[in-house]
Amino acid sequence: MKNQEQALLEVKGLKTYFYMDDNKVAKAVDDVAFTINKGETLAIVGESGSGKSITSLSIMRLIQSPPGKIVEGSISLEGKDLLKLSEREMMKVRGNDIGMIFQEPMTSLNPVFTIGNQISESLMKHKKMKKKEAYNKAIDLLKLVGFARAEEIVNEYPHQLSGGMRQRAMIAIAMSCDPKLLIADEPTTALDVTIQAQILDLMVQMKEKFESSILLITHDLGVVAEVSDRVLVMYGGQVVEEATVHELFTNPKHPYTNGLLASIPNIDADVERLESIPGSVLPAHRFPKGCRFAPRCKHVMDKCRESNPDLLETETNHKVRCYLYED
Amino acid sequence: MHGHGRALVLSLRRNVEMHKYITRRILQFIPMLFLVTVLVFALAKAAPGDPLTGERLDPNIDPEVYEIRREALGLNDPLPVQYWNWLSSVATGDFGKSLQYTGRTVMELIQARIWNTFYLSLFALGVTLAIAIPIGIYSANRKYSLFDYGATTFAFLGLATPNFFAGLLAIYVFSLTLGWFPAQGTTTAMSLTGFELFIDKLRHLVLPGFTLGLASTAAYMRYMRTEILEVKGSDFIRTARAKGLSNESVLYKHTLRNALIPIITLLGLEFGTLLSGAIITERVFNYPGLGTLFLNAIQNRDYPVIMAINLILAVTILIGNLLADIFYAIVDPRIRYD
Repeated sequence: MKNQEQALLEVKGLKTYFYMDDNKVAKAVDDVAFTINKGETLAIVGESGSGKSITSLSIMRLIQSPPGKIVEGSISLEGKDLLKLSEREMMKVRGNDIGMIFQEPMTSLNPVFTIGNQISESLMKHKKMKKKEAYNKAIDLLKLVGFARAEEIVNEYPHQLSGGMRQRAMIAIAMSCDPKLLIADEPTTALDVTIQAQILDLMVQMKEKFESSILLITHDLGVVAEVSDRVLVMYGGQVVEEATVHELFTNPKHPYTNGLLASIPNIDADVERLESIPGSVLPAHRFPKGCRFAPRCKHVMDKCRESNPDLLETETNHKVRCYLYED
Repeated sequence: MHGHGRALVLSLRRNVEMHKYITRRILQFIPMLFLVTVLVFALAKAAPGDPLTGERLDPNIDPEVYEIRREALGLNDPLPVQYWNWLSSVATGDFGKSLQYTGRTVMELIQARIWNTFYLSLFALGVTLAIAIPIGIYSANRKYSLFDYGATTFAFLGLATPNFFAGLLAIYVFSLTLGWFPAQGTTTAMSLTGFELFIDKLRHLVLPGFTLGLASTAAYMRYMRTEILEVKGSDFIRTARAKGLSNESVLYKHTLRNALIPIITLLGLEFGTLLSGAIITERVFNYPGLGTLFLNAIQNRDYPVIMAINLILAVTILIGNLLADIFYAIVDPRIRYD
């Protein structure tokens, strides 16, 4: 358990803004802070537009600039502030200390290079391997992520593989340099349900084998329940609730979290209509003055519209950003 | 070793597939070629008048004589017979005799000029690629910079300027005013040999070459810029960056390799553009190539020459398309060979 307490990644006061043509500023990520411990799987949950993907891209410093910019905060990986590194130093972190997989396995691999080529590339870059050595290592990695025909797959092109197979290949690339952290941005969203479980299972296996941590970005609470240790719920570019996975499912506090949990269909309940949260996430340049969830909240009070509550630890290891829990 | 054996078998299988594909494309080329000969023949026949039309106006010649000559030339035979006679001699490389340059075969006339046109087109193509690709890439990487706006302006000017006008302007500025390059012909003096001759010929190619390449350069600059920008936004480029690859590696390996696929396909079609452009350009620079011969032949109703050059143009375009298909199959692994 001691190992679990050691922080791997600490994000503090992260603000990533997008500057739009008409002088508007979209505060896509606004004062986000969290910690990922060694060996831990942290999930960030939220709807589209909640800022979860921008958070993960900010950690990799892959925000398109312009229009995007990380304006404030610190992201430290084992004490090293990634935001202070030069671009050249950051390249040594990407793919080496932090591996990343994406939502769209169909388009995330380069169509004109073989799978082997695309795995070898990381190894040659970060591990200074020779071509031949990297090629053999690519075969080993493909076997590791569950390809029985690794010797053939290594010479195949992405279009010859199915979506699930491509995501396995992406995991092989991400894990190739033995990263400390794997960021998975909606890794199963584009896959069949049966394949989803396999990919999640593989990610957990890889995490254990390589003793790494996982930052899982998802909107699917089922996925969260399956693999994560702790959960961060994001809304409107901010963290609205943070708790262990068990705590979050048994004792959700924030009205938004409650809404998310209520909208999971229950097979036993005989209901005419599925639950949903009314309205949708406002675009980031039109966030309201007070609590960002106020326009959709069932429990909205006057002061919610006036000012934005702080993220407070109301119980041990359980933080929530809501006036309902502030005394 | 087992693994490499299988890998080898796989790559061989792909090679065999590709060879089959290329063979099939070449076989498809044959009926197309046949169709082209029919068209070339039909077009020549459909044009008003025949080789004797001009002469018939001469009142001193008995119309009987024309009939005898028409009979002798085979112009009174049924069309399919005429076509067959023409095709069978063309197949042996015999395009007949020129009507305009008496006593000279069409083949001689073409042989004396075709290389000039080839060098001119090659020079123009070289200019196009050497300028358009680097500038397109640079423009895309500095989208909306001063350089990008400059390149865009140049591209639109280049596309909007007709060949003959650009040619005249080039002659006026670089030949008459500055005196840097010769304005016409292929060589200055016949006495030059070896390297000096080569340099002299090259100097003569500069103005017509740039003129001919201008529009294509402008167009390819835009294609290249657009393609690079499009590929740069792809998910796999984000993956490449997430792997920690350098900007150079992301650009020259991952982006360029994908962006060049449509460009290579377009290059196959460029053959036709170059040859038709050469017709005007050669005339402006009084450059002795196929284009000049073609225009003269049209003015003089020199049908054997017209048909021969038409055929050469059509076959070149067909070959260009064939090459485009083959290159496409080589550079894009997603092409299915069936």
